[in-house]
Order: sequence, then structure tokens, then C-alpha cells
Amino acid sequence: MDLILGALGYIFDPVNWGAGAVQPGAIGGLLLEHLRLTALCVGIALVIALPLGFYIGHTGRARQFVIGFTGAMRALPTLGLLYFFFTLFAFSLSFLPAANLAVVISLIILAIPSILAGAYSGLESVDRETIDASRALGMTEFQILWQVEIPLALPLIVGGIRASVLQVIATATVAAYIGVGGLGRIILTGIGTNDYDRILGGALLVTALALVVDGAFALLQWLAAVGTAPRGARDTDGDATRAPLSAEPATQQ
Amino acid sequence: MVIEFRSVSKKFPDGTVAVEDFSLELPSGKATVFVGSSGSGKTTLLRMINRMVEPTSGQILIDGVDVATRDRVQLRRSIGYVLQAAGLLPHRTVLHNVATVPLLQRTDRAKARESALELLDKVGLDRRLAGRYPRQLSGGQQQRVGVARALASDPNILLMDEPFGAVDPIVRAELQVELNRLQRELGKTVVFVTHDIDEAFLIADQVVILKQGGRIAQVGTPAQILSAPADDFVASFIGADKGQRDLHLQERSGDDGLTLVVDQDGRPTGVLASSRPSAPSEDGTVS
Repeated sequence: MDLILGALGYIFDPVNWGAGAVQPGAIGGLLLEHLRLTALCVGIALVIALPLGFYIGHTGRARQFVIGFTGAMRALPTLGLLYFFFTLFAFSLSFLPAANLAVVISLIILAIPSILAGAYSGLESVDRETIDASRALGMTEFQILWQVEIPLALPLIVGGIRASVLQVIATATVAAYIGVGGLGRIILTGIGTNDYDRILGGALLVTALALVVDGAFALLQWLAAVGTAPRGARDTDGDATRAPLSAEPATQQ
Repeated sequence: MVIEFRSVSKKFPDGTVAVEDFSLELPSGKATVFVGSSGSGKTTLLRMINRMVEPTSGQILIDGVDVATRDRVQLRRSIGYVLQAAGLLPHRTVLHNVATVPLLQRTDRAKARESALELLDKVGLDRRLAGRYPRQLSGGQQQRVGVARALASDPNILLMDEPFGAVDPIVRAELQVELNRLQRELGKTVVFVTHDIDEAFLIADQVVILKQGGRIAQVGTPAQILSAPADDFVASFIGADKGQRDLHLQERSGDDGLTLVVDQDGRPTGVLASSRPSAPSEDGTVS
């Protein structure tokens, strides 16, 4: 109990939020840094994984290869990757660029598999009849992708991004091991100085951040699902009194 | 729009021969029905017209132009297509579904909407359903939306792949009658696929009975086929061999002088209309 109170004491002590906060810096700044790092890595992962996932999901090509490959990617320990890339880049870059680059690349590798899986499994979940009908109507492959597959797969696509964001927020703490990153540095400073308030305080901050962001994505995913399965979708009896959405009352017979 | 098959064959990659050396002309403005059991290649034939399936050899011509020379997307937009499961887009409203093809062709949105509403009238759907989503409709309503959507670009050709296969018999009969009405009104070249011979006889100007591998067993008007089945296969397919088509009249006591129409097995199929005291109804009329 003391430990938790101590941790909360650390988190809510205004001194630790102020501009002059000592090692490793003001909490607000670290929080923002953590979010910025997450957004950057997930953003780049999206640019890589979404088009690839759409390609696999739409064509069914390269499926086995990519599934195997991303499975292997998932198994890579991020901390190991981090040290590997850092050592590699340290040959040719100075400390800070090498550290930052190593962190970003490791986290991108962590973020890709979930996004990719969400994208291709989302597209694969779309009813084949619907796609066949769309093609028969004269949609181009690109129109099928944008107007049919992606809208219908949206809940699963967002789900994949959500999982990936959560993983990156939690794992970005390891960046502190090579002296960069956000909230992880609070924990690491705590370990270095045997300050348990800081260790737990930092961990709680990461947890809280993860929960808040996950909540936001849960909302987004819900909205995507509402878009795909419109309200009252289970209502199959002929309730003719419902107000029309887009037909003008004036044009009714 | 005359559609002509010239020795068309289709062999799928797995070795199945769906259609072999099929040649036939489908007259313009008439309804041609391909009827056969599964494996007769009827759906393959239909889907070759809008290049959803490419023939292995042979040609398909629409008004003398080989479809293989036409852009697939443009070709498909110029041909209406109704599927068994309606194939409506679940995330779009009825109105948006009907307007799909005009919107793909960049028709003005307001105009596309207005003509979509008119199409709902044409297929007998209440305009108030325009804002609904497909899942909020019954199977029969969904099929009507499917027909409206197929008519939206005002195509000259309408392809229908067992469109009424998934709805119950009562709604089915209703839709069949409606289709006949629409066909009289619009005069499209209709190509219709079914395994139900009665449906074929009801809708068709020209019936094509298919055996395995798309071989033609008989082509003709319903009357020609009913009166003179080409062979045993056709006779059995249309039920003539078991006498299901040999109807005769029977008067039973206790029927107030009504005359029953029964088949070979004595199964009543209707009542002779002229035997009714006041007989305004067409039900049971034997033609």
C-alpha cells in the first residue's frame, strides 16, 4: 500500500510536472514524447502494412509467405532488436541519431504484424457474393477495394491498428535502455536510483496511457462497426413507419 | 440486342468441362431461359456474356461485336445482372445500392437519386424503403432491389442467375409474374438461368434445356417443348414421362358442379375456370 501511495505521490507531485523537474524530465514532456514516438512508429507501420494487407486480402496472393513472415516478426524480442540495430547504426552515426533510429525501426517491426493481420483478415472476411456482385456490376478492382472491401472490413482493420498501438505504447518503454524515449526513462531512472516510487509511478503512467488510448480506439472500432452494420440492422419486420433517411417525404406516393 | 454464342467451350483449370462447343442465338428483346440441373453449365454460359468467365475457345457476340474485344468494366456496366443472393452492398442504403452503376458512371447525384426512386416504383417497392439497409428487408424485397439495381443503367441486356431461388414459393410466384410484366413493359433481352422447369416455362420466350457440359437437349418455345419433347431426357426433365403434364378433367360429387383438373396420378392441379358459377379468377386456368 505504501508503495502505491508513494507511486501516486510521485505522479501527482507538481514538482515532477514542472519545467525544472530533475531527471529524467517533466512527466508531461515524457508523456508527449511517448505518444509522439508511438504515433510515429505506428504511422510508418500503417504506410507499410495497410497497402500490403489490402493487396494480400484482395488478391489472396503471397498469403502463405506473408503469414509465415509476420509470425516470425512477432517472435522477435524488441529489446534484442533494439540493441542489434543500435550497435549496427552506432558504427556510422553519432549516439542520438543511432539510438532514435534503432528505437523507431524496432517498434515499427513490432507494430506491423497486427496491422497486417487486421487488414488481410478483414478483407478476407467480406462476403464473396458481395464482391462477385460488385465486380459483375462493373466496378474496377480498385473501386471494389475502396467502396466495398475496406468499408466492410473497417472494424477488423481498426482492431488490428488498436492492438498494434497498444503493443507499441507498452513496449516503447524499452527505448530508455539506450537513453531515449518517453515514460520508460522514469522507470529506468527509478531502477538506477533504487527509487521504487518512480519505478511503479512510471509503470502506472504507461498503463494509464495505454488504457486511455485503447479506450479511444474501442470507440473508433465501435463507430466503424456501426457504419458497416447500420443501426436496427437486425430489424427485419416491415416497420414502414420508420422515417426515411434520404428519400424525400414529398416524393412518396 | 442479339446475343450469339459461336462454338463456345469452357474448361476450368481443375479440368472440369463446364461447356463444350455451345452455339446458339438469343433473340433480341426476348427472354431466353437456360434450364438444367447442376453441372449443366448454365451459370457459366450466363457469366460468359459479361466476361465474368472467359471462354476457353469460341466467341460470344452482342449485336455482332465480340465481347472479348470490349473493355470488361464498360461491358459489365452496360449489362444488368441479378444474382441469386441479390448481392446487395450491406453498408449502403437501398437507394444507394440501386444507384451504384449510375454513380460509377459519374451521373449527377441528384439525377441518379431521382431515377433510382423511379426504379423502386417500377419494381413495386415502396419509396419509403429507400433509406433502409439490405438487412432490414425481406428476401423478396432484396430481390426487387437487385432487379432495380440491374435496370439502373438502362441496359439492353438483363442477366438473371437463379434470381428467385432463395425466396419462398409465394413470393417467388409473385416475383415471376412481376418479371413478366416488366419484360413486356421494357422489352429487354433477358437471359435467365434456373433449374426449375416450371419457372422456365412461365418466363421464357425461348427455353434452352441443357444436359451435362452445356450440351443442348432442346431449344424451343414452351409450347413446342411441352407438345413435342425431343427425347427421353427432355421428356423426363419436364415431367412428361410420368404424365405430370397430361392433364384431364374430372368431376367429383360434392364439388357443386366444379370441374377439377388433375394430372396422370389424379393429383388435382386446378379448377376449370369456366365450370365456376361466377368465374372471374384466372387461378387454375388450364392453357
